[in-house]
Amino acid sequence: MSLIKVRDLIYEYIRRDEEGNVEGITTAVDDVNLDIKQGDFVAILGHNGSGKSTLAKHLNAILYPTEGTVWVDGKDTKDETYVWDIRQTAGMVFQNPDNQIIGQVVEEDVGFGPENMGVPTQEIWERVEESLKAVGMYSFRKFSPNKLSGGQKQRVSIAGVIAMHPKCIVLDEPTAMLDPMGRKEVIRAVRALNDVEQITVILITHYMEEVIYADRVYVMDKGKVTLQGTPREVFSEVERLKELRLDVPQVTLLAHELAKEGFPMPKGVLTKQEFREALDRYRTERADKYANYFG
Amino acid sequence: MLRDITLGQYYQADSVIHRLDPRVKLGTTILFIISLFIFHGVWGYFVAALFLALVIKLSKVPFKFMVKGMKSIIFLLSITILFNLFLTPGDPLVQIWKFRITKEGVRLALLLAIRLAFLIIGSSVMTLTTTPNQLTDGLEKMLKPLNRIKVPVHEIAMMMSIALRFIPILMEETDKIMKAQLARCADFESGNLIKKAKSLVPLLVPLFISAFRRANDLAMAMEARCYRGGEHRTKMKPLHYHKRDYIAYAIVACYLVVGVAAGRLIPALLSHIAF
Amino acid sequence: MPIILDKVSHIYGEDTAMAVKALDKISLVIPDGQFIGLIGHTGSGKSTLVQHLNGLMRATSGNIYFNGQDIDDSDFDKKMLRSKVGLVFQYPEHQLFETDVFSDVCFGPKNLGLSKKEIELRAYEALKLVGLEDEYFYQSPFDLSGGQKRRVAIAGVLAMKPEVLILDEPTAGLDPKGRDEILDQILKLKVETGITVLLVSHSMDDVAKYVDRIIVMSRGSILYDDIPKEVFKHYQELETIGLAAPQVTYIMKELRDHGYNVSDAITTIEEAKREIKDYFTKLAVMQRER
Repeated sequence: MSLIKVRDLIYEYIRRDEEGNVEGITTAVDDVNLDIKQGDFVAILGHNGSGKSTLAKHLNAILYPTEGTVWVDGKDTKDETYVWDIRQTAGMVFQNPDNQIIGQVVEEDVGFGPENMGVPTQEIWERVEESLKAVGMYSFRKFSPNKLSGGQKQRVSIAGVIAMHPKCIVLDEPTAMLDPMGRKEVIRAVRALNDVEQITVILITHYMEEVIYADRVYVMDKGKVTLQGTPREVFSEVERLKELRLDVPQVTLLAHELAKEGFPMPKGVLTKQEFREALDRYRTERADKYANYFG
Repeated sequence: MLRDITLGQYYQADSVIHRLDPRVKLGTTILFIISLFIFHGVWGYFVAALFLALVIKLSKVPFKFMVKGMKSIIFLLSITILFNLFLTPGDPLVQIWKFRITKEGVRLALLLAIRLAFLIIGSSVMTLTTTPNQLTDGLEKMLKPLNRIKVPVHEIAMMMSIALRFIPILMEETDKIMKAQLARCADFESGNLIKKAKSLVPLLVPLFISAFRRANDLAMAMEARCYRGGEHRTKMKPLHYHKRDYIAYAIVACYLVVGVAAGRLIPALLSHIAF
Repeated sequence: MPIILDKVSHIYGEDTAMAVKALDKISLVIPDGQFIGLIGHTGSGKSTLVQHLNGLMRATSGNIYFNGQDIDDSDFDKKMLRSKVGLVFQYPEHQLFETDVFSDVCFGPKNLGLSKKEIELRAYEALKLVGLEDEYFYQSPFDLSGGQKRRVAIAGVLAMKPEVLILDEPTAGLDPKGRDEILDQILKLKVETGITVLLVSHSMDDVAKYVDRIIVMSRGSILYDDIPKEVFKHYQELETIGLAAPQVTYIMKELRDHGYNVSDAITTIEEAKREIKDYFTKLAVMQRER
């Protein structure tokens, strides 16, 4: 059974002018279907305004579908009796690290979710400890969040979600406001959660290099899913991605450019090793050819 | 740098006073302030001074931090002293031109100065040894009975702690916006009052917009983490009285009794011996 | 107008126990018309440095000369300096405050005490320079998209007609599309007006494509100051301070390590493509000769 199932999801909002008159209707999410299994690492790509964040907020029952249905762990998000269950099952990390930390001390912030869920005091402490350890922030537990770097703050936010023992964690552009080091830290923490703790991860981002580890990638544009598949399948569509004004890793792009010049490069090259191996094969092949021809 | 400013200037140290339950500290501070008004005479204040000295010694906070709090009220203090010194009617001691210092005036001025100084030092001992967070927790628990008369105690405490968390962030933001506008040659200093007020618009508008955006984000983040008000909520750090807290209460009670007694009995005793 | 820095240091909280040296004896010349990338990770001192260039921060020691004059002289006109050295902060859209885009861009020139006509002319020119279409001019800046807001904020500084434009992380928080658009626009602006541009960034990939010179900062000092190719040769040292060369540099390194005789001073995809093609052409010639 899918952990998250989205069927024919449409989300519309009504734009109003200053007097409150309806100016028009915007369809932010347009007929999206998703099936995400327990333990998956799923990435949703798209540029700003593509509807990816709106979609994410549906998975946590922060927004409700205009049409269609979203099931989280078999529960319909529209059913109000399940709201708190769903929010606990699918935890959410947001973009701005400063605007989602509530506690004035790291450990207190991580304890905030379990407190809200009514977890007994002793267990809260256990959960806080294990969550902070899972993201490598345990030694900072007594710190004020204001003294941490952006990447560290985001890891605290992730710990705050893990402490609620979710089955799935939805990260809505968690690295958009971070520097390259912070981005690496956060992605490393997220991958560890997926690998070690088997937590389902849904990573929403516009950075291509963050999605190459995903099991499945969905590319969104104008509210629709326009491309989907494994990272390799998606990155094979270099021209399409360029059209969508999305980044392609430089190694993929270089392989693509060489292929256009007649080099036998495979599609969707993701690492420099793959790239070099493809060139190696070409070099040997040519050497053999010359050897046969002249030899 | 602005981020380092904490409200109330908590001083990190490991002492009995730091470890006390915040409710004890809040209660004691209130009682101490009341005691300053009910104690009488030199001996009453002597007891108060002893008590304060003991607490400061136990708190391991350097005395200069307590005095820091005094600086902000030095102006107020000197004004009250001067008023009392010169404007209290009674037996004249010295006459300078039209002003006259009376015996009662000196007494009253001294009394007020001591009361104010003790009051400030006493409350700074509390703020120096208690984190703002513990204070809000303590207040929440102390005021819990008010829930019955529909006072949203939990919500007020939550608001206080969120405000405390965001004050440094918003201060830094103010600094950033100010610099950005200065880079556009804004002038926040010259001109009359109206012009100065007007020059704040480019600072305040972005600041408010940012504060609202943050509030909006935070509300969403809190909801996503299952926050639904104070009901069904457990506490990671619940407040429990320990043995030391009961001892502290006992000491405070003794202090009150001794103080009141000292103020009334010692002068009586002294006069008895004298005659 | 060149800017010259002579042993500029800045210490936060000087005379306290928590003194932090943010800048350590920085000496630097910024001549007219260059396109410079200033790189370093968070806390390397790059943001502190640029705030010295327009007099928002004062050096603890050392001197800064603008057009030959010491900017810390008491008779030096700071307002003039800020109009000549335009500084666009990170997330500059957070400084917008007027009810419409055009008025907001007018704020800078208005503070310079220019005539109404001149103010409006400059605002118009600036908005054109950042590539914002006329239809947005009288809209509320808060209704625009992230990328558009940022353009408006950059126009707000350009309207003062600076000779040096400093942009602190102009692409932070934008998606790849917005990022490319802003950077392309800055390059275009640079070519059209001949203005000196200092681009502060922690992304090597962004910078390599555009700039003539890269200054790498680490712990308040300048580590490298050279043309991009030379700087990226030090990719190993760059990694130790939390930076990295563009990915192509690493691809070429991988090839070199496996017996491909290709240059390691390559920073763009175009160059890499040419180099690999050349390599195989040469190889073919060699094999044929044999």
